[in-house]
This record gives sequence, structure tokens and C-alpha cells, in this order.
Amino acid sequence: MRNIFLFIRRYFNLLFFIFLQGISIYLIVHYSRYHKAMFGNFMNQVTGKVNEQYSQVDHYFRLKKTNDSLMAANEKLYNKLRSDFDLPDTTSRSVIDTIRVDSLEQFRKYQYLKAKVVANSVVSQNNFIVIGRGSSGQLKEGMGVIDPNNGVVGIITDLSKDYAVVMSLLHTDSHISGKLLHGGETGTLSWDGKTPNIISLTGIPKSAKVARGDTIITSGFSTSFPRGKMIGIVEEVIPEKSTNNFRIKFKSTANFYNLDFVFVIDNRQAEPIGKLLDQVKKQGQ
Amino acid sequence: MNTVIKNIIRFSLFIAVQVFVLDKIHLHQMATPYIYFLFILWLPFRLSRPWQMVIAFALGFTLDSFRHHPGFHTAACVLIAYIRPFLVNLMIPQEGADTNYEEPSITSMGGMLPYMIFTGVLTFIHHAWLFMLEAWQFGNIWYFLVKTLLSTGISLMLIIITELLFVRKQKFKTNTI
Repeated sequence: MRNIFLFIRRYFNLLFFIFLQGISIYLIVHYSRYHKAMFGNFMNQVTGKVNEQYSQVDHYFRLKKTNDSLMAANEKLYNKLRSDFDLPDTTSRSVIDTIRVDSLEQFRKYQYLKAKVVANSVVSQNNFIVIGRGSSGQLKEGMGVIDPNNGVVGIITDLSKDYAVVMSLLHTDSHISGKLLHGGETGTLSWDGKTPNIISLTGIPKSAKVARGDTIITSGFSTSFPRGKMIGIVEEVIPEKSTNNFRIKFKSTANFYNLDFVFVIDNRQAEPIGKLLDQVKKQGQ
Repeated sequence: MNTVIKNIIRFSLFIAVQVFVLDKIHLHQMATPYIYFLFILWLPFRLSRPWQMVIAFALGFTLDSFRHHPGFHTAACVLIAYIRPFLVNLMIPQEGADTNYEEPSITSMGGMLPYMIFTGVLTFIHHAWLFMLEAWQFGNIWYFLVKTLLSTGISLMLIIITELLFVRKQKFKTNTI
């Protein structure tokens, strides 16, 4: 027994060092479980407050860029206004009205909620974005996030009362499904952790016709994004040697360097779909 | 000023500069500037080694909270805090300089060269460990080496600038304690 104490006393520094390193590596590996249990709520709230103070200053210097992107978004919306179209006389042509307007709000599937970016990173290998809207602003985990020009940004992973953490596309664990607009083949997005704004799409068979300049959109298979949100434009098509698939490198539509405002997509039908899936899983067990 | 208060102020300043200035500069993917760990290099000589590691742990954890993925910087900081005393013993020039001066600086290490070796080695170790943990699954050795070397270069340049801008006056204490 005495020898054990002697040993501990002699090598206390080394043991203590190994202990602390162990904690750190445990944090890295078991990040998600730990994060949600105790780190999430409290630390998000604290760092969110500090980041918000900073972003108020930072926001001022980027007003011009923000304005430009909002103008572009406005332009698109104005072009969709009903008054832009010269409707033909209804007596000359019979049309079945399929648009459910206002009084049928209960049929709404997607709602867009605006949020301000409080903190953003692009240089590390696992990038997160913090937005200044949380569970009190009706956000939930798993909601999709897009930028004002309809480019996909990421998915909400953590929430506190007033802030939410978004796992951006520039995260090595981020796997959203993407689809080629032209052919309709679906694949999975992944980021290699090197160049920001350049992401790869894998799982597209070599039979697909892809060329530089093609558009990649969201598939709409998950409840996070509606179908057809733009993800990026193909830059380079590389055939994989070992498989029958292409590895497509594309430039993301959202510019991760200067995100300022984003929209969170609330899918009103996410809950029933989730319940159904849970039921199927239970039956399978 | 009291050493404790001085170090608390330093702690918050280094974190603020790292999070709100350096992290906002997107120089290049291969070269990320880091300076916050200079806080660990500047800790007093007479601080015991377990305490150095605990403080380093706190520093790394604070930075990680802003990055939303705990562990990476914590591990790197604890590692350099553990190695620091060995290097101090190696690099300190004359007998008892670590009792005559309070903390590592150009004067207390006896010149520019020993101090730069001291900071250079620790910066390199910090970056190497950090990038290795971050790039766990990639295993591309050249990418890792180039990134570490470039980032070490940029960080060292920042450290030199900091040393030139903020001159820390070191009082020479007699060795009769």
C-alpha cells in the first residue's frame, strides 16, 4: 500500500497530465452525448450572449453586403407577385383553382422564420454557426437553415432558450442528401475539411449525365428541407476508381464567409412523419 | 499589480483577441493564426505544475466553448503546460534565473534566441497536437505537416509582434529568498 502512495506521489504530475488529456479526448469523442447533457444549454447561453454583443458591432460594418443580398432576395420575391402577371380573362378559359390561400392556413407545410447570425466559423474542420433565435422562437432540433438567396446552409443541432447552434455544410459530420436537378440522381453531401465553399457529392452512379455548371438541389426526402432548395453548382466531376460512382465537387450557393441573416425552415408536417417512422421502427423490433 | 489579477485580465484578453479578432481573419485554410496559448507560456515560473495544467485546461475549455466542440484546444493546452517546465529547465541560461525573474520573457530567458526556441517548440507542439486531433480521420501526412508548419510560422510572427508591442517590465529579484 505504501508503495502505491509513493508511486503516486513520485509520478503525480505525469498521472495528472494523463488524466486531463483523457478528459479532453473523452470530450472530443463523446461530444454529442455530453454536449447535449450539460454543455449545451448553459454554455450556449453564455457564449451566445458574448457573441451577440460582438456581432452588433460587426453587423454595422457589413450593412452594405447585407443590403445587397436582401435586395437580390427582394427582387426574386417581387418577380413572383401576382400583380406581375397579366391574368387572362377567366371567362375565356376555365381554370381549376388549386392554390389554397390564407383561409386555409392549416394546409401550410413550410414556414420560414428569420434569424440573425451571431457567430460563424469557416476555418476549422468542424464548423458551426450560432443564430440568435432559440427554442423560445419556436425552433426545434433538425430544422433546416437557408440563406436569403435560398442556398442551403445547414441543420440545427443544439438549442438553448435564445440561441441555436447550426451544423453548417462545412462540417465533416454533416451528411445532407442532394440531388442533381437535371437527371434526378440522389447522393450524399460530404465535406473534406479543406476548402470552404467547395463540397463533394458522392453516391451518384457513373451512368448519370453530369457536366460542369449543373445545379444540385435538396432531395426533399428528409423533413429538414423542402424539395428544390439550391445547394450548389458543379465544378468538377471525378470518377471514383474503386466504385461505380462519381465524386462530384461543387461550389455551394450559400457563401459561408459572409452570412448575416438566415431563414430557418419549420416543417409543420415533420412531427406526424417522425411519429410514423418511430412506429415502423417499433414494429420491426 | 497583483499577479493573480494581472493573469485574470490577461486570460480574458487573450480569449477575446483569439475569438473576436484572429478567428474572424480567414487568411487561408492552411494557415490559421493562434495566439491565445501565449497565456500559458507567460505563466509565472513558481507556479506548481498541476496548477499550470489546471489553468491550461480552463483556458482551452473556454476557447472550445466558443467553437462549440469541446476537447481540441483543451488537449493541446494541457500538453504544452505539461511540457513547459522541462523546456524552461533546458533553456534557462544561468543558475537560478527562474527564481530571479517572475515569468518567461526575452530578458529572463537570456536573449532573443533561447526565448524564440522556447516559444517555437511549444507553438509547434501545440499546433501539431491540435491539428492531429482535428484531422483524426484523414491521415494525409503532407497536408498535416504543411498546415502545422505554416500555422506555426504565422503564430510565431504574431508572438514576436506582441512581445515588441507590449513590453513586460521584469524586475530582477535578488536570489536571497
